Amino acid sequence: MRVVSWLARRVGAAAILLWIVATVIFIAIRMIPGDPAEAIMGGPGSQASAEALEAAREQYHLNEPLLVQYALYLGQLITGDLGTSYAQQRPVAQIMAEMLPATLQLTLISLVIAWLIAFLMAAVAARSNRIGQAMGTVIEVVAAAVPHFWLGAMLIIIFSTWLGWLPSVDTGTVQGIILPALTLAIPLSGFLAQLMRDSLVTAMSSPFALAARARGASEGQVFFRHGFRHAALPALNLTGWAVATSISGAVVVEEVFARPGLGRSLLGAVLSRDMPMVTGIALFSALIYMVVMLIVEAIEAIINPAAARGDDA
Amino acid sequence: MNTPAVEIENLSVTFPGPNKTRIEAVKNVSLTLTPGKALGIVGESGSGKSVTARSLLGLTSGNVTADTLNILGTDATRLTEKQWREIRGNKVAMILQDALNSLDPLRPIHREIADALPGSRKQRKQAAVEALYSVEMPEPALRAEQRSPQLSGGMRQRALIAQAMIGSPSVVVADEATTALDTRLTRMVLDQLAQLKDQGIALAMISHDLAQIAQVADDIIVMRHGEIVESGPTEQLLSNPQHDYTKQLLAAIPSGVARFAPLSQVATTEAGTFENFRHPADMRKLTDTLAIAVHGLSKTFGDHAAVSDVSFSVPQGSTLGLVGESGSGKTTTARMILGLERPDTGSVSIFGQHFAPAKESDRRDLRDQLGAIYQDPLASFDPRYTTSQILINALSGGTTSRSRHYHKRALELLDLVELDSSLLSRSPRELSGGQRQRLAIARALAPKPDILVLDEPVSALDVSVQATVLDLLDRLQLETGTSYLFITHDLAVVEHMSDQIAVMTHGNLVETGTAQQIIHEPSHPYTQQLIAAAPDWGPRSRR
Repeated sequence: MRVVSWLARRVGAAAILLWIVATVIFIAIRMIPGDPAEAIMGGPGSQASAEALEAAREQYHLNEPLLVQYALYLGQLITGDLGTSYAQQRPVAQIMAEMLPATLQLTLISLVIAWLIAFLMAAVAARSNRIGQAMGTVIEVVAAAVPHFWLGAMLIIIFSTWLGWLPSVDTGTVQGIILPALTLAIPLSGFLAQLMRDSLVTAMSSPFALAARARGASEGQVFFRHGFRHAALPALNLTGWAVATSISGAVVVEEVFARPGLGRSLLGAVLSRDMPMVTGIALFSALIYMVVMLIVEAIEAIINPAAARGDDA
Repeated sequence: MNTPAVEIENLSVTFPGPNKTRIEAVKNVSLTLTPGKALGIVGESGSGKSVTARSLLGLTSGNVTADTLNILGTDATRLTEKQWREIRGNKVAMILQDALNSLDPLRPIHREIADALPGSRKQRKQAAVEALYSVEMPEPALRAEQRSPQLSGGMRQRALIAQAMIGSPSVVVADEATTALDTRLTRMVLDQLAQLKDQGIALAMISHDLAQIAQVADDIIVMRHGEIVESGPTEQLLSNPQHDYTKQLLAAIPSGVARFAPLSQVATTEAGTFENFRHPADMRKLTDTLAIAVHGLSKTFGDHAAVSDVSFSVPQGSTLGLVGESGSGKTTTARMILGLERPDTGSVSIFGQHFAPAKESDRRDLRDQLGAIYQDPLASFDPRYTTSQILINALSGGTTSRSRHYHKRALELLDLVELDSSLLSRSPRELSGGQRQRLAIARALAPKPDILVLDEPVSALDVSVQATVLDLLDRLQLETGTSYLFITHDLAVVEHMSDQIAVMTHGNLVETGTAQQIIHEPSHPYTQQLIAAAPDWGPRSRR
């Protein structure tokens, strides 16, 4: 019963958030200078005739008052119709459905890799001496700070050009996804490792860890029974943000590695002012973010039921 | 005579210090634990008592050397980590202090208690429930499923004892197991520790509180700076202490010490240069003027009545001690008096003038008459401020923290609380606990308040430091005529500091009277319980 009402509240909140996002996108698009009709007809270079522009305006209701346009836009979204891409003249939903698996695959794989790297780094740093800890901090900061485009280029130079181990562009194989996933994962792992190490060190030196040792637990047991959970919580909290950065990171990474995907489509859509496409991808990203947050909250409730109930911790 | 369970000779523990030095945390400590007997190890922070205790389980990170370290017939000087793990929990167990984090807040209690046991998950859980039952945990089966944030302090301490006992150890080390507990919980834990002795367990009880140790221990070791300064049978050590430090510790226990009689002795004042202050006789001329008058205060949070219909008054120049266990509503009452929490009903007046509930602008002039001091002064200082900035900020009413104009007053304040002027440039983090609390007092005194509200002002301090701070508060009251509302859970402190005592429980004020009345002839059943649970401190009758 509690789960049902919790879910109902969250879905309601998500709907309101999506509406706000949709509205912001609508306003933002209308604020971009330039004639949307021109964009529909293929941009300023296409030199479309005045009649053709007028026809486009008519077709896309661009002559209506803004509020009417807004209502039409929302009406479309509610029925699940994301509109037709100006550039490709195909339904946005269809294009996104084609692009989604590649991006989702990339994002999920890089998330898993980021968690693994972060956890290893945190565990090693937490167990080592002061010099090791300091080095760990440096590595974390550097990892967190490198931009995707530079890291991607470096990985290509090292692993494709010099060593020739891995392909530099998407080949549709397992090897093809390693470099792009690493490019997304490494900066993320830097952030996650910083968070994890802090709480790991705190947990491993807390009274309950001492109590565990006092009842005969080995360091490994203390680590997995206590340290791990405490380390995972704050990083888990950031997972919604991590997914969001991965998707925006995918814009760069898909371009660098010439991978088809949502990120690359978004970049193309923005450049060609393909508004329905931009709207669709932006809304979809927001939706993914909300779904991830829901999942994260559920996992947190399993790890830390007291906090989920709102008890005083 | 039993064969000893643990024999230690010349135990030393060193830690690496700065610049390749070694810090000697424990120096040449020898002790013996006997089955069915309890050894009390008393010392203040930094005395090495906890390090000594942990070396019984091989849990110090420092370098441990000893001529003899015999644990239940095993030579423990050269045990491997794996062999130590065989001993921990099964032969030697530890009871930790109830801090919120002594039980992992993310795991159910039964796993925290029994995860070291062999057997299936179900069997371990059953064993945990039985262990909880044997420490008289209410609803053990339900509690076993819960996590530590859902338990009360008393339940957590019971769970910690169950955790230690589940492996049927022969030696139990109780490390500050009664610290930070309310009076009745302390009594409960002391009783349970005494039961362990009856079960033939060799008990080592570590505490900073001599009065509590004396309730259980057969022999006592007094430690300071890593060394044993005195040891002997409890009765002998208490009645005929030889070492000055032991005498100091005994004198610092406020229980039964007459009002305004000094608790601290020269050697313990941290300021160093100050002469021991001999308190003059109580020359106060108390009038009928009421510094604080509280009438019918109530406050409800959600559906929880934190404070219900509380009325009391503090005559000018006197001290009212407000006693209660945690959750009794005493801090909420203080917050309403300070105007930090708006009462649902009732009112507060300061020297006959209406103070709460009121609009902030209407009572701003009265604010300077009220000062507040809390348990953790460090948390109430801006971490970027130096001592001087903290004082100047308070002196200027928050308008500046740097003006030289207030320098002289800042020095006077430091002098008033017996702190050295060289501390002006220091950060409060560099000060000791006692110095911080003095600084907090100095800051509270900056606007020359007529009233101080003190919420557990000495609860986090070592006994000898507590003594110096209490002496300071006494002196300030005699010199300045400041009225105190002194809030604490510690009966001994409140008895020594108060003219009148008010007792709160569950948001209700159950009894008010003179300190004499409340301590010696309590009339309300709750007060009677409370007084009965307090350590039966021998020296009280001797003085």
